[in-house]
Amino acid sequence: MKILVAYKRVVDYNVRIQVKPDGSGVVTDGVKLSPNPFDDIALEEALRLREKGVATEVIVATIAPADAQAHLRNGLAMGANRAIHVTTDRPLQPLTAARTLLKLVEKEQPGLVILGKQAIDDDCSQTGQMLAALWGKAQATSASKVEVNGNVLRVTREVDAGLEVLDVDLPAVVTTDLRLNEPRFIKLPDIMKAKSKPMETIALDTLGVESGDHLKTTQYAPPAKRSKGVMVKDAAELVAALKSKGLL
Amino acid sequence: MSKILIIAEHANGQLNPSTAKCLTAAKQMGASAIDIAVFAAEPAGVAAEAAKLDGVSRVLTVANAANANALAAVLAPQVVALAANYTHVLGPSTTFGKDLLPRVAALLGEAQVSDIMKVLGSHSFQRPIYAGNAIITVEAPKERKLVATVRNASFAATGNGATTAPIEAAAVSAELPAHTRFVELQAGAKDRPDLQTASRVVSGGRALGSAENFSVIYALADKLGAGVGASRAAVDAGYVPSDMQVGQTGKIIAPELYIAIGISGAIQHLTGIKDAGTIVAINKDAEAPIFEVADLGLVGDLFKLVPELQALL
Ligand SMILES: Cc1cc2nc3c(=O)[nH]c(=O)nc-3n(C[C@H](O)[C@H](O)[C@H](O)COP(=O)(O)OP(=O)(O)OC[C@H]3O[C@@H](n4cnc5c(N)ncnc54)[C@H](O)[C@@H]3O)c2cc1C
Repeated sequence: MKILVAYKRVVDYNVRIQVKPDGSGVVTDGVKLSPNPFDDIALEEALRLREKGVATEVIVATIAPADAQAHLRNGLAMGANRAIHVTTDRPLQPLTAARTLLKLVEKEQPGLVILGKQAIDDDCSQTGQMLAALWGKAQATSASKVEVNGNVLRVTREVDAGLEVLDVDLPAVVTTDLRLNEPRFIKLPDIMKAKSKPMETIALDTLGVESGDHLKTTQYAPPAKRSKGVMVKDAAELVAALKSKGLL
Repeated sequence: MSKILIIAEHANGQLNPSTAKCLTAAKQMGASAIDIAVFAAEPAGVAAEAAKLDGVSRVLTVANAANANALAAVLAPQVVALAANYTHVLGPSTTFGKDLLPRVAALLGEAQVSDIMKVLGSHSFQRPIYAGNAIITVEAPKERKLVATVRNASFAATGNGATTAPIEAAAVSAELPAHTRFVELQAGAKDRPDLQTASRVVSGGRALGSAENFSVIYALADKLGAGVGASRAAVDAGYVPSDMQVGQTGKIIAPELYIAIGISGAIQHLTGIKDAGTIVAINKDAEAPIFEVADLGLVGDLFKLVPELQALL
C-alpha cells in the first residue's frame, strides 16, 4: 500500500505573527517557515506504518511556490520515499487544495492519505474532509491512534466529548491530532540521502483543477488586545478583587 | 433574503448548546427563514428542544438508524439533499461541525468559511487565522451557497421564544456509505460543568507535574462550581484527558471567569481564552506571558497559593 501525505509549509509556530499596517496581509517576508506541525505528525505516522510493513511507499506532496523544494527535502530526509511538488504562486483555499490532491490521488492510487487536522496558518480544518468527500471515501479526522486490521483502519479520534473510535474501510483519509505520535528528528546523514530521492514537479495549471477559491479576504486586522491587568500580592487580595468585580 | 439551514448537534437525546449559538449567528445574517435539521435515529426529543428556540422557522427531522451516531460521511449526503432549498448551511465549529461541514461543502462544490466569530452581513464575516493572531474579513459570493461553521465562544446562545416552531419529518433520499462504522465513544467523566459552556473554568498546566497533583485544580474548581481545562503540555504529559485541552487545537472557550494555574501563556493556549470575561493567572514566574493578558495576576508557588485560595472561598 502507498501512503500519500499532504505536507504544507507554513509560518513556524514560534513566530509572532504581525499584521501589516495597511491591513493587506500578515508579514511573511523573512519569517521562518516550517512544515505544518500536524503534517509532520502525518508523515511520522506514515513512516511508522511503512516500518511495520503495512505500507510499502510513502509519498509527500505539497502545493506551493517553486522555492518549496527545500521543504519537501525535509520530508524526504524524515524518510518519505519520494516527493511531489505541485507548483503555483498563489495561495490556494482548501477546496482547491483538496481538488488538487484528488488529482494526485487519482494518479498514485494510494491506500491511505494522511493530512494534518488543520494548518496553523489559515486554521481552516477543511482539506482532509473535502478530499475524502471528493474521493468518495471514508474520513477519520483528529486521529490520536491508528491501527490497521487488514483492510480496515481502527481510528481513535479526539472529539469534544472524549475519544471516539471508528472503523473505516481502506482506502481512506485520516487527519492527525497532536497526540498521534511524536515526529522523529532528522539526522545529518538523512539530509544527505534525501538529496538523491526522486522529486516530481507538476505545474498546477497543467492538472486541470477547477478553482474553488470562492472567498475573498478583504481585510486583515490585529486581534483586539486584552489590556494588562493588575497584580495582587496574595490569595486574600485575589479573593477581594474577584468579589469587587462581582465574580464571587 | 437568506434561507438558512442549521445542522443540530446533539448527543444522548439532548441538543448541544452549540446549536443555539449558531442560531444567534444565523439571526444576524438577516434571514427570511431559519430551519434546524435534526439527524438522529430517534429525533423527536431533540427536535422538540430545538423547536422552542426563539426565531426558528421549522425543525426538520431525518430519522434513520444510520444516524444514531454522527458520522460525517453518513450525514453529509443527507445534508446535501436538504441543502437545495437554502442559501446558507451552518454548523457549529465544534469537533462535530468541523468534521461534517467541510464534507458537505465539498459535495456541494462550495468553499467553506470556518470559525465565524463576527457576522458583518449575510455574506461577510470575520474569522481568526494564525491562532487568532490576525482577524480577517471574508466576503463570500452572494450567488453561491454558503457553507460555514460558527465559533461557539463568540456568540451567546439564543434562548427559548414565545412560540414553538413546527416540526416536520423531511424526506431525504441519499445513498449512505457503508465504509464508516461507529465503534464506541470513550466519554470523559461528566461530574463537572461542561468546559465549553461553564461560566467559570479553572485550568492547570505542566507545572502540576502529575495526574495526582491535578487534584488541587479539581478541588478549587469544585469549590467554584467550575469546569476544568488544561494546557496542551498537561494533556500530552497524561495528567488529564485530551478533551480538556484549551487552545488553538483544543477547545475555544469564553467563560466569565478563567483561572490559569501553572500555565505559561503560549499563543496557542491564549487563543482559546481570548473571549473570556476575566482572566486570572497564578504562576511562579513573574515574567510569564500569561500575565500580559491576565486581568488579575498572582506570582507564587501554586502548591501553596491554590490551597490558600480554596480555603478563603
Ligand atoms: C501546533 C501546535 C498547537 C498547539 N496547541 C495548543 C493548544 O491548543 N493548547 C495549549 O495549551 N497549547 C498548545 N500548544 C502548545 C503550546 O505552544 C505550549 O507548549 C503549551 O501551552 C505549554 O503548556 P504549559 O503552559 O502548561 O507549560 P509551560 O510552558 O511549560 O509552562 C508551565 C508554567 O508553569 C509555571 N510553574 C512551574 N511550576 C510552578 C509552580 N510550582 N507554581 C506556579 N507556577 C509554576 C512556569 O513558570 C511556567 O510558566 C500547541 C503547540 C503547537 C506547536
